Amino acid sequence: MNKTTELFAPGHRGCAGCCDALAAKFMLKAVGENCIVVTPTGCLEVFSTPFPESAWNVPWIHSLFENAAAVASGVEAALKALGRKNDTKIMAIGGDGATIDIGIRGLSGAFERGHDFTYVCVDNEAYMNTGVQRSGGTPFAATTTTTPAGKASFGNLRPKKNMPQIMLAHGSPYVATTSVAYPKDMMRKVKKATEVTGPTYVHVHAPCTTGWGFDGSKTIELGRLAVETALWPMMDIENGDITGVHKIRNKRPVEEYLKAQKRFKHLFSIPGGADIIKKIQELADWNADQYDL
Amino acid sequence: MSKLTVVEGSYAVAHAAKVCRPDVIPAYPITPQTHIVEELSKFAANGEIGACEYITVESEFSAISALIGACAAGARTYSATTSQGLALMHEVLFNASGMRLPLVMTVANRAMSAPLSIWNDHQDSIAQRDTGWIQLYAEDPQEAADMTPQVYKICEDNKIMLPAMACFDGFILTHVYEPVVLLEQDLTDEFLPPFAPEHILDPSNPKTFGAFADPGVYSEFRYMQELGMSAALKKIETVADEFNEIYGRYYGGLIDGYYLDDAEIVLVAMGSVIGTIKDVLDELRAEGKKVGLLKIRSFRPFPTDAIRNAVKNAAIIVPLDKSISIGKYEGALCTEIKASLYNTKIDIPVLGYMFGHGGRDIPPERIKKIVSEAEKAIVNGITIESSYVDLREELL
Ligand SMILES: Cc1ncc(C[n+]2csc(CCOP(=O)(O)OP(=O)(O)O)c2C)c(N)n1
Ligand code: SF4
Ligand SMILES: [Mg+2]
Repeated sequence: MNKTTELFAPGHRGCAGCCDALAAKFMLKAVGENCIVVTPTGCLEVFSTPFPESAWNVPWIHSLFENAAAVASGVEAALKALGRKNDTKIMAIGGDGATIDIGIRGLSGAFERGHDFTYVCVDNEAYMNTGVQRSGGTPFAATTTTTPAGKASFGNLRPKKNMPQIMLAHGSPYVATTSVAYPKDMMRKVKKATEVTGPTYVHVHAPCTTGWGFDGSKTIELGRLAVETALWPMMDIENGDITGVHKIRNKRPVEEYLKAQKRFKHLFSIPGGADIIKKIQELADWNADQYDL
Repeated sequence: MSKLTVVEGSYAVAHAAKVCRPDVIPAYPITPQTHIVEELSKFAANGEIGACEYITVESEFSAISALIGACAAGARTYSATTSQGLALMHEVLFNASGMRLPLVMTVANRAMSAPLSIWNDHQDSIAQRDTGWIQLYAEDPQEAADMTPQVYKICEDNKIMLPAMACFDGFILTHVYEPVVLLEQDLTDEFLPPFAPEHILDPSNPKTFGAFADPGVYSEFRYMQELGMSAALKKIETVADEFNEIYGRYYGGLIDGYYLDDAEIVLVAMGSVIGTIKDVLDELRAEGKKVGLLKIRSFRPFPTDAIRNAVKNAAIIVPLDKSISIGKYEGALCTEIKASLYNTKIDIPVLGYMFGHGGRDIPPERIKKIVSEAEKAIVNGITIESSYVDLREELL
């Protein structure tokens, strides 16, 4: 255990400007020390716990890539059975791959059963730990190491899976979307999620310097652009109703966001790239309209 | 004398699990394990297992994952599964033993698909032999029930801290009605101390479970698991004795024998077929044939020394397997018994048979046929090292 006052301590092996590290650090600040964290396999897990070191100053467990929600449900059941639940918060913090793809069965089961815990998806939009392969969270037209652009492909063929809506469909009393680029918003939402009884879900947009191809000093800038272009809407959903939406002051064109990252660079040179950018703009406009951003 | 009650094997085991006072039971149904988890859900619904949390998970993968979370948080846990369910857990089984979490699971042994079969053999648990779990095999419902508090006591020992499977044959034992002694709560409380692990997930003393290991430290973790298994070799014996002292029943420790001391032909087996073999041996002994039985109770840890000692005076050793390693054409007991005898002065032929796969019945005549073939092999030597005893050539 690391002797600092930070619940998520510095000195870990994340990239400079790592989105996952920012997420973990600010979330724990918000939730406080009376919590137990479950993390599936992924960047955050690997860079924070090279034996015998650990960045976690809260009790923490990593089991596997696809079972964080089930492990968390076991922790919750144990604390209840042993009379130790009290105010202790149980939080799973998983990547988009762990959450949206391989872990969705266990996550769905845990939410349907109604365990009192919070699941946070830190969505850096690909399998970063294994070298930036595509996940169900990878956006339309992005290149990854398994969706490269080429003569016959413009990159990822499909838009992001709408995970917050899926979690909402489980009857979760609190679902929120936020971004590491808005630490206060993220902290408020994660704290609230842990305070609401029942299974709650927070989806955190997390720009990854290495995977997306931008300078490590620009993590926050990229995250803000995603929000300001309306590609990433941030909201609170309580008992099924949208109760808060982050309003965009100056809506920016998606090109500004796309241009800033290597994973979309091809769109500005390939034939038909302009049409794809147009489609991405349509996705953003739909969000802006749908959620009144 | 303890009171005998006629119950289904599954009930006896569920009842045994209940008196061990588990805190968390995540369960997912699969034939022929279903009656065990149904009985436990009734106990839980009637408040008969204290504050126990019974979790109706959506898969075996989550059952075993929830066991991990619960056990790491300090709970005594229980679950049961078989076959496809156990195979679905495969990845997590390694994870549990690597994190030194003393989970307890009953395995109602069943064949693996394809072809789909719900009937008994040992392929499911044998396929998990390298996952770092203790594996004990019971011969009848009473032993399966009695094995439950025994495995808790074994695996919760702080020198061991490894998960354990208590295996008993699906249908043959899970669904049979027999008179058994239902484990008494007071005796079980005397036998089995509360679970008090040294390391738990607790905000007042934060610890990290499941860190990442580089090549400089990984082997040592594996080696320490092996040390835990070695400690279990002794503990399985002492726990069997302690159980005998308190409850007055004994089934052997790592192994057990039947007409073993002077046996020339030593049959080696696990599970319910032991009962059939014992009946056959009574007959054969009456005819003057020197045949004995080596019952393997503990398959992991594998009792190499105990086996060497038990068979050293035999003329032939005959492992009888309800599993097969396809590509080696022999069952697990056969391979492991042979390996145990190598590098020793013991030079005894090993004649392996496979039977009872996918639930095929093993009538006494099969055992007698095997014994007569073993008699011939003592004289003429072994021609085929391993074979199915009852292959239906007409279907091939
Ligand atoms: C069952 C299984 N399949 C694949 C892997 C390999 N693997 C480890 S981490 C990972 C990607 C993690 O992606 P994500 O959840 O998005 O987290 P990130 O690293 O991007 O933060 C993969 C594919 C694994 N550990 N286990
Ligand atoms: S690859 Fe991305 S998520 Fe992984 S450590 Fe680097 S910045 Fe963080
Ligand atoms: Mg990711």
